[in-house]
Amino acid sequence: MVENGVDRSAERPVAVEVDRVFRRFGDFVALDHVSLKIHEGEFFSLLGPSGCGKTTLLRILAGLDLADDGVVRIGGVDASAIPAHRRPVNTVFQSYALFPHMSVRDNVAFGLRMKNVPEKEIATRVEQAIEMVQIGAFVDRKPAQLSGGQKQRVALARALINRPKVLLLDEPLGALDLKLRKELQVELLALQRNVGITFIFVTHDQEEALVLSDRIAVMRAGKIEQLGEAESLYENPKNRFVSQFLGTCNLIEAEVQADEGREMRALTPFGTVYFAKRDRGPAVAPGTRCTLAIRPEKVAVASPGEAGTNKVPATIEELVYIGAETHYILKCPAGKLTAYVMNSVLGPQGLEIGNRVTAHLPSSALLVLED
Amino acid sequence: MAGEANPRLARTEVRFGERLTAQAELLRSSLTSGPGILWVSLFLLLPLAGIGVISFLTRGTYGEIELPFTIGNYRRIAGFGLLGFDAQYPQIILRSLLLGAGTTVVCLAASFPLAFFIAGQPERRKQLALTLLIIPFWTNLLIRTYAWQILLGPDSFLARVASTLGLAEAGRPLYPSVFAVYLGMLCAYLPFLALPLYTAVEKLDWSIAEAASDLGADKLRVFRHAILPQLVPGMIAGIILVFIPATGQFVVPDLLGGAKTVMLGNAIQQQFGPSRDWPFGSAIAFVGMAVVLVGLYLQSRSAAAREGEGLL
Amino acid sequence: MRRVSLPLWIASGFLYLFLYAPIVVVIVYSFNASRYGGPWRGFTTEWYPAILANADKLDAAKNTLILGVASTLIATVLGTMLGFGLSRFRFRGKKFFSFLMYIPVVIPDIVMAVAMLMFFRLVRDRFGLFQLGMTTMILSHVTFQIPFVAIVVRSRLVGMDAGIEEAAHDLGATSWQTFRHITLPMILPAVVAGGMLAFTLSLDDFVVSFFTTGPGSTTLPILIYSSVKRGITPDINALSTLIVLVSIVATLAGLLFQRPRDSRQHPGGKL
Repeated sequence: MVENGVDRSAERPVAVEVDRVFRRFGDFVALDHVSLKIHEGEFFSLLGPSGCGKTTLLRILAGLDLADDGVVRIGGVDASAIPAHRRPVNTVFQSYALFPHMSVRDNVAFGLRMKNVPEKEIATRVEQAIEMVQIGAFVDRKPAQLSGGQKQRVALARALINRPKVLLLDEPLGALDLKLRKELQVELLALQRNVGITFIFVTHDQEEALVLSDRIAVMRAGKIEQLGEAESLYENPKNRFVSQFLGTCNLIEAEVQADEGREMRALTPFGTVYFAKRDRGPAVAPGTRCTLAIRPEKVAVASPGEAGTNKVPATIEELVYIGAETHYILKCPAGKLTAYVMNSVLGPQGLEIGNRVTAHLPSSALLVLED
Repeated sequence: MAGEANPRLARTEVRFGERLTAQAELLRSSLTSGPGILWVSLFLLLPLAGIGVISFLTRGTYGEIELPFTIGNYRRIAGFGLLGFDAQYPQIILRSLLLGAGTTVVCLAASFPLAFFIAGQPERRKQLALTLLIIPFWTNLLIRTYAWQILLGPDSFLARVASTLGLAEAGRPLYPSVFAVYLGMLCAYLPFLALPLYTAVEKLDWSIAEAASDLGADKLRVFRHAILPQLVPGMIAGIILVFIPATGQFVVPDLLGGAKTVMLGNAIQQQFGPSRDWPFGSAIAFVGMAVVLVGLYLQSRSAAAREGEGLL
Repeated sequence: MRRVSLPLWIASGFLYLFLYAPIVVVIVYSFNASRYGGPWRGFTTEWYPAILANADKLDAAKNTLILGVASTLIATVLGTMLGFGLSRFRFRGKKFFSFLMYIPVVIPDIVMAVAMLMFFRLVRDRFGLFQLGMTTMILSHVTFQIPFVAIVVRSRLVGMDAGIEEAAHDLGATSWQTFRHITLPMILPAVVAGGMLAFTLSLDDFVVSFFTTGPGSTTLPILIYSSVKRGITPDINALSTLIVLVSIVATLAGLLFQRPRDSRQHPGGKL
């Protein structure tokens, strides 16, 4: 399977393979022939807005739902006929789903008890699990007496104690407040590196996905829009959706005019613009229309009056001070551009609303989108 | 192109984590729901159908049930007896329907203040208020009804108040009377309406009322247009729970009413008791059943229009 | 908008008073020293021991208890299974049968009573089974108890987080293990609550018992009815007081068991 221009399929063993999985609910198609391969030991995220199918896919992997068509292979074995309780897979649920009538200890021990593991071994492994997620302090309490973060850890311990081949996590940090979420993200990452098993993580929070994942699959309406490592997804989004879902982008309509060797020349509402040819992304011939995209942090803001290629005169319409950065909304005759500038110098940048500036769009930073 | 269903997995589902083939689901349904449904069907639904059949048979000389089939029983209920028009049974039916309707109206009137009262209590007191409402609901109706005989007896407080106010003769009990019957019915059925209505009030979206008031509507209009429509489903549920059993109520008219207040329930008891005319009694009972079925049908229509299931 | 005004307090106060007046009157008059009922003639507790000495009343009490316990046990088992089946599985005609299950809840008890009476008589004439008596009463009681138990159990199951059973399967439990270790403990309070309510229903029933009873199977409500027809006596009040107290205890117990353990449930009894 070719990803991001490089054939990765020979590299690491495949833990989970999804092969043209199709799932519909009545008229609604939740998964539209989705395929992907997840490697052993990877922290893999399914990222997308609500309704994109990420949770449905996760549940099919867990055995909690059945695909209408297509095959799921876990460790190379076709899992379609294997019921949930016999799959080497465990899930951490969004609502934690802790057993309310059992103590934390019994919750954690549950999986082992169901498999008739001897009590002595259970006791040791429970201790290890408790140690791993640091829930020793409330091991005899019932779930109702725990906070969200504590319940989260219990859910993790309960799942990991079974030593599954794959751990599935369904937006586990969604219900927590920001600070707690960030703390747990760090812990989760460390845990995964420690334990070394494959994690498949579902989230709608792009920042979370970027922080935690080795690779991300961006999903929309039952399809995978783009799959790859975090950096490559961010720097080379394929289409408008991905460019706006991970971070944000300035979008510029362009009509390609000429091929000038290492760059292409195009006519845009902002004037003539040159963009570099890249080995990724679609090739565009002169005479075609396309959409160019440039990340706001790549737009340089310079003093007014500078002329030159890819330089657009503009006025500052709005500025938002975020602390580490200042965000500018620049008004040009042709439209608006957003620029992020780092406040790397002490004191304000000295720019105010109404000031005239020049926006510079470096040709190497302009991407061609597929739509 | 839509995916073709994998034949191996056709009609298999995973529910609550468990794989169910179509056969497995059928087996489990039968084993779990089967016994209960069979029991109720055998001992109630089948007999009810039986009553329908029997209502078309005739009374024998000594009270047996015999052929021929006849619609004579129903004709009698409609007023066309052997000796020309006899309004007795049409009156009984009308009276029962009126009693049902009247009880419903009175219960509605009393339920509104109760529902809003309970909903307006702080959490602790709310539970207490609900519990206090539920307790009489589960207390023996026979006992509560005969207690009204004491409460309305000749020397009781209420009787004395009534005679002082000139509403009744001194020294006479306030029963049997239509008033006493309605009192007993209200006492019997108030929680049946108050509880569903309370549930609806509890779920009220007050922001709609606030918005209406904000836009200048006075209290009455706010109530009529912003609050009442939200309560309709709860009201309907409660009305069904009151109207249907009330039309067929036997104990209350029996203990608190007299010859002037013979209802469906009394009439049925009469035919199955002293008069030993079971076919005729069945016909009357069947009329009562008709009310039940119509009411349930209306309820399920209203419930389906709302969300999904009815009470079950 | 949520504060309760004074008129509302007064109206509700009256209504609560109205609802409890009969109960209070019965309890109070059970201590009435007047021999033949009627106005208050002084305080006495003599009627309570008198009940115990009366063979008829003791018989009726015994019958009522046997009837209550037997029917409750059967109805709780069948009703729980029904509630479970209705909430979990789909089958053809399910909507129709759910609708039918609602009939015993709303039907006037006398219509139900005569239908059953008719059934038992026909069966007796044809097959010799079902002589009117304790058996027929138990069969009848179970019939109207089942839907109530099913409703209580079903609403507990419907309110339960589906994820919990999914989690159990995910962790390796088979269907039976999940039911035994997870589902059953979680619905047990609802099952007990349903049982309590079923018992109360049986205890309270007069009309159905009246029509399906036979010689030697008189229950307390039937006894009370015949006595009331002849004129209310204080020992009947004493008997009624005891019945009322048992109902109240059973109802409270039922409500207690339905109290939500997790915040997901909607509080409050029968509904």
